[in-house]
Amino acid sequence: MPTITSEKNVDELTLTFTSHFDAPVDRVWQVWEDPRQLERWWGPPTYPATFERHDFVEGGKSLYYMTGPEGDKMWGWWMVTLVDAPHRLELDDGFANADGTPDNAIAPTHTTVTLEATEGGTRMTSHTQFETTEQLQQMIEMGMEEGMTLAIGQIDAILAE
Amino acid sequence: MTDAEIDLVFGALADSTRRSIIARVIVAEQSVSTLASQYLVSFAAIQKHVAVLERASLVRKQRRGREQIVHGNPETLARAARLLDSYEEIWRQRTQRIDAILAEEETHERN
Repeated sequence: MPTITSEKNVDELTLTFTSHFDAPVDRVWQVWEDPRQLERWWGPPTYPATFERHDFVEGGKSLYYMTGPEGDKMWGWWMVTLVDAPHRLELDDGFANADGTPDNAIAPTHTTVTLEATEGGTRMTSHTQFETTEQLQQMIEMGMEEGMTLAIGQIDAILAE
Repeated sequence: MTDAEIDLVFGALADSTRRSIIARVIVAEQSVSTLASQYLVSFAAIQKHVAVLERASLVRKQRRGREQIVHGNPETLARAARLLDSYEEIWRQRTQRIDAILAEEETHERN
């Protein structure tokens, strides 16, 4: 289990999340760089993400959707604003309409990810800046299935025993 | 919290001056006139901002003599904190999935 710490700032609407993985920095960078690996963790198992486009270079764009149990799709986009492989990346993450065009009604969030080598592994820090509480609420609604997912995952694990 | 109440809170927090007012009054109560002296906008504009925050229950206003005193409302701010908690949970679970991907490969290498 990765070691996790997080720091929330309610006034500034920021979340800094730090975790430690038992794998080298290059390997952890791949879970961001390779769309096939990225889609295995970005969305919860009940709303898996599919990256239709993943242009992982500075100024590059990504387009993804998350498919729900009813076949419903939620679209999102990334604009990669900084890439310093394998140590740092910055991206804007926003909502998209069903045709993949950005939904400008909700401002994108800005996330900075840093990967640092530690003894025996990698420390990954993600720092997300929200503009408004409304935006934060939307992000959470998109990820709302997570709680459910956790429960389902636990049931699966029990059944697999 | 009803949808209408949530809309009021989000609408109120969507403005940087209003967020700044909250940051000040949560630390210590302040009069509307003291607040107004700290911003480059009119007294009337600050009064309007305070009214928006009050409707959203983010602050409470109280008359004390000639002064209107503004206090922060920690309960409503706690809701914003809970939203951050939920987002934190999303990252927590993402991290666990990344960890599972990394661990899986390690197993392959050993086999």
